[in-house]
Amino acid sequence: MEGVSVNHFVVLSILLFAAGLFCVITRRNALGILMGIELILNSANINYVAFARYSGSGYDGQIFAIFVIMLAAAEAAIGLAIVLGIYQTFETIDVDATDRLRG
Amino acid sequence: MPITEAVFYLLATFTLVCALGVALSNNIMYSAFALMGTLLGVAATFLMLGADFLGVVQLLVYVGGILVLTLFAVMLTHRIAEVHVSNRAVGRPLAVLMVGAVAWWMIKVATAATWVVKAPGVPEPTTYGIGNAFLTDYVLPYEVASLVLLVALIGAVVVSRKEIQG
Repeated sequence: MEGVSVNHFVVLSILLFAAGLFCVITRRNALGILMGIELILNSANINYVAFARYSGSGYDGQIFAIFVIMLAAAEAAIGLAIVLGIYQTFETIDVDATDRLRG
Repeated sequence: MPITEAVFYLLATFTLVCALGVALSNNIMYSAFALMGTLLGVAATFLMLGADFLGVVQLLVYVGGILVLTLFAVMLTHRIAEVHVSNRAVGRPLAVLMVGAVAWWMIKVATAATWVVKAPGVPEPTTYGIGNAFLTDYVLPYEVASLVLLVALIGAVVVSRKEIQG
């Protein structure tokens, strides 16, 4: 791993974050927004694991990444359930069309 | 070019091209499949960083779980044949400008910073250490996490089921 420094991974994670952010702010499809959030969470995980590897701090970074993956699973389950609920009520998952709280 | 650099650039290119596919594709179905490529690329990046357990967890949970859930949701909310061209919340040029500025500054700061790093050693199997840490130092977060998952799954069932009147 001589040629690849921690900066390489940080820049990769920043570019992945940028793609996720672009996805979140340009899409109106709720599923597309959720996919963008997954990209952002993955970019954070790359940072955790890269710094865990290059700082020699044992397993702390990897364990935090595992918690992030676990919370992402919970978030995906809840988020997709809400999206399906919205679809049943509104017949669309365009986030601009869903502006009523009353069902 | 050393082999590790070549592997890194190959992986990074694959991951970022797939991520751009997620962000730019008009068809939400193609986005979902591009997301699979991105998740696989990130799993390979984890393996490259010596995190073997985490790479497998990424495969199992993200590719095997979250992505399948997402595909289910895409198929349940869209007619599959329909190519849905969604109009954008923010115009694309404005979004490119904003995201480009954010990414530019972040890269500038990240490359200017001097990280305190140690030369990484030879990668070792991590499963034993992670399992030990979960049952000693991290036992409380571990139990809370299992509770969070339980609550989330029950909540997902409650939210998504159809209410039966009367």
